[in-house]
Amino acid sequence: MKGKGFLIAGIMIVLLAAGVFADPFRIAVVMPSATTDMAFSQSMWSALVAIQKEMGGESALVLKYSENMYNVPDAAAAVRDYASQGFDVVIAHGSQYGSSVQEIAKDFPQTTFAWGTDVNTFGLPNVYAYTAAAEQGGYVNGVLAARLTKSKKIGVTGPVEVGDAKTYIDGFVQGVQSVNPGITVSKTWTGSFSDVALMAAAAKTHIASGADILTGSSQSVVGSIGAAKDNGGVLWFGTQSDQASLAPKLVVASQVYDWTGMLRDIISKHKSGVLGGVAYTLTLENSGLKVAYNPAFMLPAGVKAAGDAAINGIAKGTIKVEP
Amino acid sequence: MKNVFSLAVISGILNTMMGLATPFLYAALGETIAQTSGVVNLGVDGVMLLSGFAAFYVALSTGSLWLGLLAAALVGLLLGLLMSFVSVTLKAEQGVSGIGLYMFGLGMSSLLLKILVGTVKTVQGFAPVPIPVLANIPFIGPILFRNSIPVYGAFLLVPVVWWMLEKTTLGLKIKSVGQNPAAADSLGISVDGIRYLSVCMGAVLAGVAGASLSISVLNLFQDNLTAGQGFIAVALVYFGGWSPIGVLGGALLFSVVNSFQLWVQVLGVKIPASVAIMLPYILTIAALTVTVNRMRQPAALNKPFERGES
Repeated sequence: MKGKGFLIAGIMIVLLAAGVFADPFRIAVVMPSATTDMAFSQSMWSALVAIQKEMGGESALVLKYSENMYNVPDAAAAVRDYASQGFDVVIAHGSQYGSSVQEIAKDFPQTTFAWGTDVNTFGLPNVYAYTAAAEQGGYVNGVLAARLTKSKKIGVTGPVEVGDAKTYIDGFVQGVQSVNPGITVSKTWTGSFSDVALMAAAAKTHIASGADILTGSSQSVVGSIGAAKDNGGVLWFGTQSDQASLAPKLVVASQVYDWTGMLRDIISKHKSGVLGGVAYTLTLENSGLKVAYNPAFMLPAGVKAAGDAAINGIAKGTIKVEP
Repeated sequence: MKNVFSLAVISGILNTMMGLATPFLYAALGETIAQTSGVVNLGVDGVMLLSGFAAFYVALSTGSLWLGLLAAALVGLLLGLLMSFVSVTLKAEQGVSGIGLYMFGLGMSSLLLKILVGTVKTVQGFAPVPIPVLANIPFIGPILFRNSIPVYGAFLLVPVVWWMLEKTTLGLKIKSVGQNPAAADSLGISVDGIRYLSVCMGAVLAGVAGASLSISVLNLFQDNLTAGQGFIAVALVYFGGWSPIGVLGGALLFSVVNSFQLWVQVLGVKIPASVAIMLPYILTIAALTVTVNRMRQPAALNKPFERGES
C-alpha cells in the first residue's frame, strides 16, 4: 500500500513539474503601424495582451512584436525570422503581407501563420486568415450619425480604397441612407494609411464644405480627429479601436475589433494539432465586432436606441449590410 | 464641376493650401541654403521627425509652444552638426549619410514616443492669429491673414532667405563655396566653416518644419508623422532651381493641387480617387520638365572639399 502511495505521489509530482516547467506558448506579430496607433495594429496587440493575461502571464504565453513594418520586404524578413526562432504562431497583421505569408509558410510546416485582413488561406494547412465585417459597425455608426447631423452633411476621410477601410465606409453610407437618403455623405481618399497631414487636410476640407460629422479609418485618422477638435462642434465616429480618449467630447462611438475569440481558437487548434485552414470573420453576431459608445458623450436616448436596434438587427440577420 | 470654381470653394482650396505648404517651405528653404553651399542633406525628413517630436513633447510637458519651438530648433541644430561632421569633416558620401540621418530620426522619434508618451496624445497648438484690418479684406483676408504664427513665419522666410543669399556677404560666401570651393578657399573663406553653418541653418529650419506639423498644423505626434514630406522638400529645391522664389512656387503648386484634389473628392466630382491622388505628383513632374533650370545647380554640389585637390 505504502509503495502504491509513493508511486502515485511520484507520478503526480512529475506531472505537476511538467506543467510548471512546460514551455510557454509563443506568438509573434508583425504590424504595419505602432501598437499605440489607436486603430488597426493596436486592436490586435490589445487582444494579444488580454489573452496573455487570461492564460496566466508571460510564463504561459510569450509575446513578441515588430511594429511599423510598412515596408513589406522588412515585414517578410521579420515573419521568417520569428518562424525560424520556433514561435508557435506568427501573425502577419496586414493585408499587404499576404504573398509573403504564402511563400514563407511552406518553409515552416510546423508553424501556424495567421494573416489578415483577408479570407484566403492559400490552401495551406498551416495558414489561418482573418477579416472583419467592418461594414456592420459602419452601418451602426451611419445610423447614429444620420440621427445626429444638423447640417445633413457628413464627411468620410478614407486612406486607401481597399479592404476593411472600404467596407467600413460602404456600411457607413448604407447606415446613413437607411435613416435619411437626403443626407450628403462625401468621401475622400488620401492614398496613404499613414499620411496624417493629408488626412487632417481632408477633414478640414469636409468641415469647410459644411460637414458637422466625420468618420474614417486607418492610423492616420488621428489627423481627422485633431481637425474635428480644432473646430469644436464636429463629431467623430471611429473604427478598429475605441478612439474616445482622443477627443472625449466629440467621439460618439467606435466600432471595435475584438480579436480575442479568434486568438483563443487558433491557440486551442494549434495545441490540438490543427495548424491552419480556417478563415475567421469578426461580426456583431459572434461578438468579434463591438460598438463602443463613448460614456462621456451625451447621446440622446432615442439615438442610442436606434443604434442598439441596428446592432441587434444585424446580429440576428434581419438587417443585411453589403460590403 | 462648376461648383469647383465657385468663390467659396476657391477660397477653401487656397486656405487649405497655406497649411499644407508650411512644412514644405521651412524644410525646402533650409535645404536650399545647405545645397547652395554644396551639401545635399537627404536626412531632412529624419530631422523633421525628431525635432517635431521634441517640439511636441516639450509643449506637452511644459504647456509652452514657444519652448517647444525652441526645442525643435535645438534638436535640428544638433542633427545639423552631426550631418556636417559626417559629410564635411569626414567627407562621407552625402547621400548615404543623409539617408542614415533619416533612418536615425525615424527610429529615434518612434522610440522616444513610445518611452516618453506611450500613446497618441494631442496638444493645444498655435492658434490662428488674425492680422487686424488685413484679415477683413474680402476673399484674400481669410486666406492670407488668418493663420497661425508658424504659417506666417514660413512665408515671411522666403524673402529673408532670398535677401540673405543674394544681398549679403554671407550669402556670397555660401554661393562661392558651393560653386567653386577651391577659389573660395584661396580667398580666405573657410569652406568647411561655411558648409557647417549652412547645413546647420538648413537643419534648424527642418526642425522648425517638424514643429510646424506637430504643434501647429496637426497638434499631435505619431510615428512617421511626416510621411515623407522631407523628401518632397528636397525635391522642391531642385524644382525651384535653388532659388527661394522657385521653392515658394513649387511648394505652392504642390500644395494647391493637393488641396484641389481633396475638394474635388469632397464635392463628388466624378474623377477616380486614385487619379485625384496622383494629380499633385503628376503636375509637379510635368512642371519640372518644363522649368528645370540645371544652370543654377551649385557646381560643387555633393562634392566634399579637400584643399589641394582640383
